[in-house]
Amino acid sequence: MTTIAELPPGFADKVLSAQSTFRSVMDAMARPGSVQRIVPMAGAPGMMMRGTAAIALTLFDHDTPLWLDARMAESSDVLKWLKFHTGAPVVQDSSIASFALISDGGALPSLERFALGTSEYPDRSTTVIIQVDSLNSGRSFELRGPGIDGVASLEASIKPFDLFERLRFNEALFPRGIDVVLVADDAVVAIPRTTRVVSKGS
Amino acid sequence: MYVAVKGGERAIENAHRLLANARRGDQSVAEVTLDQISEQLGLAVDRVMSEGSLYDRELAALAIKQARGDLIEAIFLVRAFRATLPRFGTSEPVDTGAMLVQRRVSATFKDIPGGQILGPTFDYTHRLLDPSLAEGFVPETPATAETSAALTPRVTDILGRDGLIESSPEAEDGASVGDLTREPLNFPADRDLRLQNLARGDEGFLLAMGYSTQRGYGRNHPFVGEIRFGEVEVEFAAEDVGFAVPLGAIELTECQMVNQFKGSATEAPCFTRGYGLAFGQSERKTMSMALVDRALRARELGEEALAPAQDEEFVMSHSDNVQATGFVEHLKLPHYVDFQSELGLLRKLRKEFAEANAPDAMKEAAE
Amino acid sequence: MNAPAYNFAYLDEQTKRMIRRAILKAIAIPGYQVPFASREMPMPYGWGTGGVQVTAAILGPQDVLKVIDQGSDDTTNAISIRKFFAKTAGVATTTATDEATVIQTRHRIPETALHENQVLVYQVPIPEPLRFLEPRETETRRMHALAEYGLMHVKLYEDIARFGHIATAYAYPVKVNARYVMDPSPTPKFDNPKMDNCPALQLFGAGREKRIYAIPPYTQVVSLDFEDHPFEPYRFNAPCALCGAENSYLDEIVTDDKGGRMFVCSDTDYCEGRQAAGHHGSLSAAPYKEKAHG
Repeated sequence: MTTIAELPPGFADKVLSAQSTFRSVMDAMARPGSVQRIVPMAGAPGMMMRGTAAIALTLFDHDTPLWLDARMAESSDVLKWLKFHTGAPVVQDSSIASFALISDGGALPSLERFALGTSEYPDRSTTVIIQVDSLNSGRSFELRGPGIDGVASLEASIKPFDLFERLRFNEALFPRGIDVVLVADDAVVAIPRTTRVVSKGS
Repeated sequence: MYVAVKGGERAIENAHRLLANARRGDQSVAEVTLDQISEQLGLAVDRVMSEGSLYDRELAALAIKQARGDLIEAIFLVRAFRATLPRFGTSEPVDTGAMLVQRRVSATFKDIPGGQILGPTFDYTHRLLDPSLAEGFVPETPATAETSAALTPRVTDILGRDGLIESSPEAEDGASVGDLTREPLNFPADRDLRLQNLARGDEGFLLAMGYSTQRGYGRNHPFVGEIRFGEVEVEFAAEDVGFAVPLGAIELTECQMVNQFKGSATEAPCFTRGYGLAFGQSERKTMSMALVDRALRARELGEEALAPAQDEEFVMSHSDNVQATGFVEHLKLPHYVDFQSELGLLRKLRKEFAEANAPDAMKEAAE
Repeated sequence: MNAPAYNFAYLDEQTKRMIRRAILKAIAIPGYQVPFASREMPMPYGWGTGGVQVTAAILGPQDVLKVIDQGSDDTTNAISIRKFFAKTAGVATTTATDEATVIQTRHRIPETALHENQVLVYQVPIPEPLRFLEPRETETRRMHALAEYGLMHVKLYEDIARFGHIATAYAYPVKVNARYVMDPSPTPKFDNPKMDNCPALQLFGAGREKRIYAIPPYTQVVSLDFEDHPFEPYRFNAPCALCGAENSYLDEIVTDDKGGRMFVCSDTDYCEGRQAAGHHGSLSAAPYKEKAHG
């Protein structure tokens, strides 16, 4: 059993670390495909990456229902850490989640099972945070859409392998849809619902 | 040579100094104290607490002093402070049935258990200016009596026992109450949010809206079931402690309006309710609020909503005096950039109009 | 008495989280107005509370802040907001557009082209472009959901029938990323083309109306028009009397009560920069002549 005193710590400076982390995530969302760094250090429990932990401390609270994939949900350290530091209610029903944390991309559920928003309120949708192996090497992808000056290229090692194919459902759903944040250690890339991705092979 | 206007910063600082001086007024006159405001301008303090939605007499008195007696400005000061306060949780619902009443009147029955208690009221005063109040007035000691909540049941509860009035809706256990200061408002809005909006709403706006229902714009046949004013306990259920902890007592005014009955083939007819609640003693506010609350229930009660007071988007979007005064008064900010664009367009349209209406000879010559 | 104590950039952390989440969704859905639980700010509604909340939610100690109103850093409300952040967040402030990382504006987009490391925060009074055609939120929300913008085109076309032109000179509606019709805030339509494919992130905050919306960088922004009545950005056809600029938006200064006028840049930083670089204007009233520019 981990006691609260033994939990990995949150931000040393809550206010400024949250601000800095947010700006990285905001820049990532505004410039899809660009790799942003999360600078502030916080402890991270279990298999949670430090980038994910910083995002959780920055954006999660009592008002954000949170869905965890099986591997995260099975870790009592993760659950305790999230409850203590963010207070976000963990929900079983992914379709009401504001955020979803995915540590095992291979077991990513069908994206339709998350909140997609409504035509009136497309913002009421899940932001899916997926931990991946690498955001600077691996397969290369070509990205287009708002936030991108022409074409952006991303080299990344991502599971599930067909993530971007699956995200193409955003095209037909728009303005409803899923926004994805990819995390590899302290690196963050966002793929908002407006981004169209073409794989360029291995 | 033209030099662009500068020195705005100095101008602002000096304006603040001028304001501070105007606020203080003639310095040979004694400064008003917060106690004096709280004790002697108590209804102003009550209004600022209600519409500022913060129960703190001292801060409300300070706000009134700082605002030079401009109550909307004072409400604004209190609201801006309130917005920065941390939330610890939600109190238990207050029980106005257990109120220690200082005043309670009912218009629906001649006598009621516990009696009609006039209490401190302007009602039945003759509105004659009283020169003896100008200075040094010492009031006579009033007659008072002990009361207890057990002696003064709510009139609507008495009606409710016979099923003559719809039952007051009970919240589900653990259901959260909406809070429009913490969540964005969407329409249609539920009654909890509507009541919160009205409780924070401008007294004058609600008065006019309530009045309009009496004149036929959404008439709802109101009777004052009861107005009561007095002290109630506020309790907070602390999770760790396991029971409700008393936080203290606050003064409230409650108005329960008994309205137009409803009924159907499957439902026995009964009166409907309109509800008003405010901090301190605020009868005009709670009565108006109860009228507008009832009017806004048109949709829920299957009535045709045609009048302004029945239109929840209209009422809720315009009831807040801090919002309204900000937007009306923002018109005094510079708008010369958009005005210039408008001016350009207007000059162009006028030029084209003049050309089109010029004598034919000139047109031909121009061609 | 509960003596007030305030957080960095005034807002409490819970409020910042709520606004930050709204900003992220706003960026993900360009031009869509995200409802947010706007807080009561220590300045009046209608005076920039939405912009101030957005700025407060993004601002950090590394930022350099510029605040303009009507294009000028020296208008009283711009000064007041700049002082608010200098006091509550201790950030560096500037009047130079290219040095700023965050620019909060009311009614103008700077003349100096914005770059990638900048965020432009607009103060918005009425975020709903359809509001004056349909006052009901429930209706306009449905119209956005269905992308049903016929009413707007009818309105613009009625202008043409009546005046021969689209009679909207500021807050001229745009379509963002070929989906949402958006109100650019009451900027003169002269500024509309600057929103299109802009390298900087553009965020819009409406405090009283409780909406946040965004245009991501490099996003298509098109001013609504008709093939036979294309969009025309208005500008008074004269050089700036102070710096001689031919392509900046101009303020009209009334110099006397006998019809005397002069025209000077509304963007004071741009104008001063040009003068410092040796550009000069006539310093006299410009000839009375104007036409649509651009």
